[in-house]
Amino acid sequence: MNPTVITIGIALAIGLFLAGTYNSLIVLKTRIEEALSGIDVQLKRRADLIPNLLETVKGYAKHEKQVFTDVTKARTAMMNAHTVGEKAEAENMLSGALKSLFAVAEAYPELKANTSFQDLQRQLEDTEDKVAYSRQFYNSNVLSFNAKVQMFPTNLIASMFGFKSFEFFGANEEDKKSVKVAF
Amino acid sequence: MNVYQQIAQNRLKTYLIFIVFFFLFTGFFAIVGASYDNPIGYAGMGFIIAVVTSVWSYYNSDKVVLTTTRARPAQKEEFFDLYTVTENLSIAAGIPVPKVYVIDDPSPNAFATGRDPKHAVVCATTGLLQILDRAELEGVIAHELSHIRNYDILVSTITAVLVGTIALAADWIMRSMWWGGGSRDRNKSPILFIIMIIALILTPIVATIIQLAVSRQREYLADASGALLSRHPDGLANALEKINAYPRGVATASNSTAHLFFVNPFRKGQMANWMTSLFSTHPPAAKRIEILRKM
Repeated sequence: MNPTVITIGIALAIGLFLAGTYNSLIVLKTRIEEALSGIDVQLKRRADLIPNLLETVKGYAKHEKQVFTDVTKARTAMMNAHTVGEKAEAENMLSGALKSLFAVAEAYPELKANTSFQDLQRQLEDTEDKVAYSRQFYNSNVLSFNAKVQMFPTNLIASMFGFKSFEFFGANEEDKKSVKVAF
Repeated sequence: MNVYQQIAQNRLKTYLIFIVFFFLFTGFFAIVGASYDNPIGYAGMGFIIAVVTSVWSYYNSDKVVLTTTRARPAQKEEFFDLYTVTENLSIAAGIPVPKVYVIDDPSPNAFATGRDPKHAVVCATTGLLQILDRAELEGVIAHELSHIRNYDILVSTITAVLVGTIALAADWIMRSMWWGGGSRDRNKSPILFIIMIIALILTPIVATIIQLAVSRQREYLADASGALLSRHPDGLANALEKINAYPRGVATASNSTAHLFFVNPFRKGQMANWMTSLFSTHPPAAKRIEILRKM
């Protein structure tokens, strides 16, 4: 075999390897974006439930202004959040605010007996679960992407094309159960 | 290994099982055909039967299973927990939400069926929903969703139908031989006749053992990936304990659907036939609980 053939062969092999690695990184990245939009859907759903909830609670517990302000503020922060870090932080804040809202509601038996309040509470609990699960899915995708980007030889190609590690969404997995709204 | 690599690997396994079964089935027919001096004709027939039954079962198995177990669609209002748990865990698993069905039966059990995550069904008995709390239900549904995501549902249905077909064919040929069809040819080639008898006896047994091995191994795998999904192995372990303690089986389960269920739908003294008691389709619950408790 003459040197030209060998050179071309090696060049081809390198080219194929580059293309394969690049494409697999793109696939993983797309999945992460998809998972992130999955979280957004659930966050939006939760944000949409809150005005109704506030209306209902205000009907029974007018004087708890501080709690209402906190929830509204957290909701606004969440809707204005853009980066993953901001979203995660706002999401945590909202969970906390809602928790104290439901704690306040404990003191109003008539409110607790209201069926639309019960329904909203159930829906919110469910959405909290869905946020947690979509976050889990997002994080597991980020984990496999980040591992790949950091490992040799993919790291060379990743840095060549400017692939960067993704940020994990929010708090650790153990928080999942604790953000649940208590009855 | 993440979700996607696991799927790729299981798909490959599915194809391998297909190929093994096609060879087994075709070879079986070829051996039978050899004693009738027509191995190729019989092999062709065997191959065609194998293809037809698998294609048919690919599209219809879920409907057959749902009909024979008398399952009905579950409404979100009526079965809020089952429905939302399925929705939530589907999000975590990254699959479309499967159709949700229930069986009106006091015996706690569940199964998943369908051909792929886009055409999947999760089904639980009303008894299961009664005795489990939400965390335990999450464990069971996560196990079933793992079957869906891993394409176990496809493999188990296909193998079930093919194993059933082999057993049926063996039975059919054995009968036709018994009642005189083969006596003339037997004199021509006694060795082939013996091989054929062995094949007749061995093929259904080998096929059943493959099915059982696949089924048992997959239960452990689904337990593990289910625990990973729900992040709560104890939920699944508790569910298994509760279900195992229940004395009666599912009335509408049959031999052909038994391996689909979360735990063996038959109880002692309620075995449908001797095959079920000899080869169990499910690993012992105690063993599964032990593994889950260690996670």
